[in-house]
Amino acid sequence: MKVATHTLSKETKESDWWDPAEALPREELRDLQTRRLRETVSRTLSVPYYKEALARDNITPESITSPDDVRRLPFTTKDDLRDHYPLGFLAVPRSEVARYHGSSGTTGKPTFVAYTKKDLDTWANLCARFLYAGGLRSEHTVHVAFGYGLFTGGFGLHYGIEKVGAAVVPVAAGNTKRQILLLQDLEPEVLICTPSYALNIAEVCREEGVDPHTLKLQYGHFGGEPWTEKMRFQIEESLGIEAFNNYGLSEVIGPGVSGECAHHTGMHIQEDHFLVECIDPETLEPVTDGSYGELVFTNLTKEAMPILRYRTRDIAALETCPCPCGRTTVRMHRVVGRTDDMLIIRGANVYPSQIEESLLLVEGVAPHYLIEVHRPGALDEATVKVEILPEFFSDKMRKMQALREDIQRRIETTTGVRMQVELVPPQTLERSIGKSKRVLDHRKMD
Amino acid sequence: MKLTQLSLFLENKPGHVKIPCQVLAEAGVNICTLSLADTAQFGILHLIVEDWEKGYAALKNAGCVVNTTDVLALVVPDRPGGLADLLDHCDTCGLNIEYMYAFTRRRKQDAIMIICFEDPDKAIEVLKDRKMDGVDVMRCTDLFGDLEGL
Repeated sequence: MKVATHTLSKETKESDWWDPAEALPREELRDLQTRRLRETVSRTLSVPYYKEALARDNITPESITSPDDVRRLPFTTKDDLRDHYPLGFLAVPRSEVARYHGSSGTTGKPTFVAYTKKDLDTWANLCARFLYAGGLRSEHTVHVAFGYGLFTGGFGLHYGIEKVGAAVVPVAAGNTKRQILLLQDLEPEVLICTPSYALNIAEVCREEGVDPHTLKLQYGHFGGEPWTEKMRFQIEESLGIEAFNNYGLSEVIGPGVSGECAHHTGMHIQEDHFLVECIDPETLEPVTDGSYGELVFTNLTKEAMPILRYRTRDIAALETCPCPCGRTTVRMHRVVGRTDDMLIIRGANVYPSQIEESLLLVEGVAPHYLIEVHRPGALDEATVKVEILPEFFSDKMRKMQALREDIQRRIETTTGVRMQVELVPPQTLERSIGKSKRVLDHRKMD
Repeated sequence: MKLTQLSLFLENKPGHVKIPCQVLAEAGVNICTLSLADTAQFGILHLIVEDWEKGYAALKNAGCVVNTTDVLALVVPDRPGGLADLLDHCDTCGLNIEYMYAFTRRRKQDAIMIICFEDPDKAIEVLKDRKMDGVDVMRCTDLFGDLEGL
């Protein structure tokens, strides 16, 4: 596969980062983390929920003597945030809040997060770090197709780009045809959106008769939803760009929690601002080094709403071996699933990303799918609807059946669960602009 | 000699066969014969139409997943063993058949079969010699010309 690798990141010298803090010697970093964790604990004392929890466990700021002491602190879950809706976790007077953001609230009420002026500056700096690591320089133009609004994606990246000094095209989400026009006419070098929207742009380009390779785009930073390595190649091939992964969540700060450098060895976690843990979601104990577990983040510098041990429900693995780029931070591999996206089908744990991973190995189908789960009798039945690519349609039933069986077999190999595969015509499954809707669970749980 | 068949991918849902038929109706393209192969999950519709280029364009425009396949229209003697003899001959000559279906109308004493061979050119070559047994590869113009006469 031939992928146009943009030249910018390759020019990046080995010791080239936005902020020297990205490459602090580990010992120095630990000292900084200890000091900042102590400050954070002290700030959380103005949040009744934490004050109570810390008092219960006899934890004082002074008792924090190492970053490992984070494990003595209470966890915070999405439900805890909801229970203290709207601003029960605010640690500063409202007069000090400079901005509010919120989660999409796809499952119930939204949750709000708050930033002081200093938090906003920290956040912009964190986004600038990974943007710079990907090759962004002040002379570039960046097309931001993330939603602007309560969602942290648009504004977070926007100010990071401005921090670097590059130009922003704040297109926001939606109206893909118009986006393509802007990509043609304003000639941005960088694209920022969700990975599924990047594929959508490539698809609409083809429909509109625009060759994406004629665009000036050189690379893109994608995040906001889990994606796969194969999907990266598809984005790179269809748009002719280099694709970078980045990660963040509003409860912690938004985008900027971690991002890839030019070496694509995992996403560098900005450890001077967040303490990361990787735990077994059942036992809550740390997983062994390099194993998959639920990521847990603790804010080290956030003023308005510092969160202790936030259970992200994102499943990923951490990587501690040194990166050739010279940054000293721990890296996280791509998120492979979510503890709450996890489907239990006939007793087996299935992540939608596993279905996607299987589909990406099959020639002839698009990476768009819908998993439907029913329970007609005692047993679960899962059907995966998959879009075929028009150029792979054959008039011969045996070829179409072979394609269908190939997909079915691959899904069974990856998930351990036999699911019925249904082939559907292209463009029939719903595309969403943000996080794709991939599961319909029709089971009635009593 | 070869005939262009339109092949369509269908979702196995009520009403989905109707869609391409309506598209062809609106385009004024007459369907001569068809066959439908389906599974519980999806279906493939094979169509022989009078003006395949017009039909293809109309279906494509309507967003149908359609492609074209070369098939042969064979005249087969309409008597017991007519088809069996032909298939036996195909077997002997190593002609592989992907699928086949019957034409909706007869021509004089003969039946017409639509056959999709793995290698249609080889099939034309081989079947040329079977004329004396009443097997004939029909020309497109003859096929539709005859239909008009019927």
